[in-house]
Amino acid sequence: MKFWSKVFAIARKDTLSELRSREILSSVLMFALLVIVIYEFAFGGDPDTIKTVAPGMLWTTFVFAGMLSLNRAFIPEKEQGCLEGLMICPVSREAIYAGKAISSLLFMLIIEAIGLIAFTVLFNLPVISLPVITITVFTTIGFVAVGTLFSALSVNTKAREMVLPILFLPIVIPIIIGAVNATQAALASGSFSDVGSWLQIIIAFDVIFSVVSFLTFDFIVVE
Amino acid sequence: MAGELDSVTRPLAFKIQGLTKSFGNRQVLRGLDLEIEAGKSVTVFGPNGAGKSTLVKILATIMNPTSGTVFINGQDLKQNAWAIRRHIGLITHQTLLYGNLTGRENLEFYGRMFDVPDLKSRIQEMVSLVGMTARQHDRVATLSRGMQQRFAIARALLHKPSIVLMDEPETGLDQEAIPLLWRAMPDNAENVRTVIHVTHSLERGLELGDRFVILDKGKIVYEGVREAIDLAGLKDVYRKSTSMST
Repeated sequence: MKFWSKVFAIARKDTLSELRSREILSSVLMFALLVIVIYEFAFGGDPDTIKTVAPGMLWTTFVFAGMLSLNRAFIPEKEQGCLEGLMICPVSREAIYAGKAISSLLFMLIIEAIGLIAFTVLFNLPVISLPVITITVFTTIGFVAVGTLFSALSVNTKAREMVLPILFLPIVIPIIIGAVNATQAALASGSFSDVGSWLQIIIAFDVIFSVVSFLTFDFIVVE
Repeated sequence: MAGELDSVTRPLAFKIQGLTKSFGNRQVLRGLDLEIEAGKSVTVFGPNGAGKSTLVKILATIMNPTSGTVFINGQDLKQNAWAIRRHIGLITHQTLLYGNLTGRENLEFYGRMFDVPDLKSRIQEMVSLVGMTARQHDRVATLSRGMQQRFAIARALLHKPSIVLMDEPETGLDQEAIPLLWRAMPDNAENVRTVIHVTHSLERGLELGDRFVILDKGKIVYEGVREAIDLAGLKDVYRKSTSMST
């Protein structure tokens, strides 16, 4: 019980801090919307082309926006020496990981929700549907689970903006491939039945990598 | 090498044996041995790169030693870091405060992390102690460096730690606020508090410490007690021990 109260205290602190500064939400949201607008100009004229490339457009937007967001996740802790403040608290490192992951997940889901609306408006695609939203939520869970770990790892490096994608992208490729294929199937049929197998892969990735990240976080932040 | 040590026997707050720390090939601490009795205030002096901050980080459980043993309040640092953290307050030249939160929100956050009972009244007490009642609802980023450091002192003492580690805590504090650091000092028999104070200021260190050690190149090169030396003597010892001018 105490574990979760500390997890939520960390997530609450991050959310409050972000609501005040809007460092992540405003910059990442602007980036995501710009990418969607660029895609609209590139592919906007042909509905068949859009239908073919829409899952790729959606997930490249979310992946790069997500990396920008995750790059910022530990920077406030590092810049103000607050990571040391957290380290001296009688809190398990796993609670720190879970708290940071929950706040990052929340920020990403907000950005993705607005991104899906923008997709619907600009491309007239049925992306605001239960299957696509389910795929987005589960993919984001796995993405953030791994991303939070690597964000903590890269924050101590000099070229952290470059280190995170290099370390992180190869690990999340399976879940991104799953998300693109699942979204393709969902847009084609609009039903859950065709996305089931891809969704299972995504959920399996979520479970495995959430547990692994949760257990290895201690080794990442110990020094 | 050593001055006279206090003869009063108390339980040990710190027992450090053969402590080393290396970063790659660079050895920062080279076999440190140090015992500190509970309720004592020890000042650590030393030139830049002597290993003072590394020592504080290891004792604060932020960093793992390369080798050696550290017992804090009788508990092995390697095995009981979690339990030890409850007893430690850390004041450094960084405030460890979130700039986008108010001073009070920062204290609420750290209070929850340390499970401080009756948190609201304890925060009020600490905010009043550091003279920041009027500015407690201001964002930390909007406060002066000295005001931020006052909140940092409140943060470190919020959970009533029995050990306070201070790494150049005077940073940013004005002359009026420096006496606040006395709040971190051992005060009375019921509230035994052990303090390790790292500073470059020989005057301040001599004023605040019962004992002092001089660290150079990762080793203790001098150890003494306040009663045995005055400021001029300390400056002389420091110069000779570190081969540097004060």
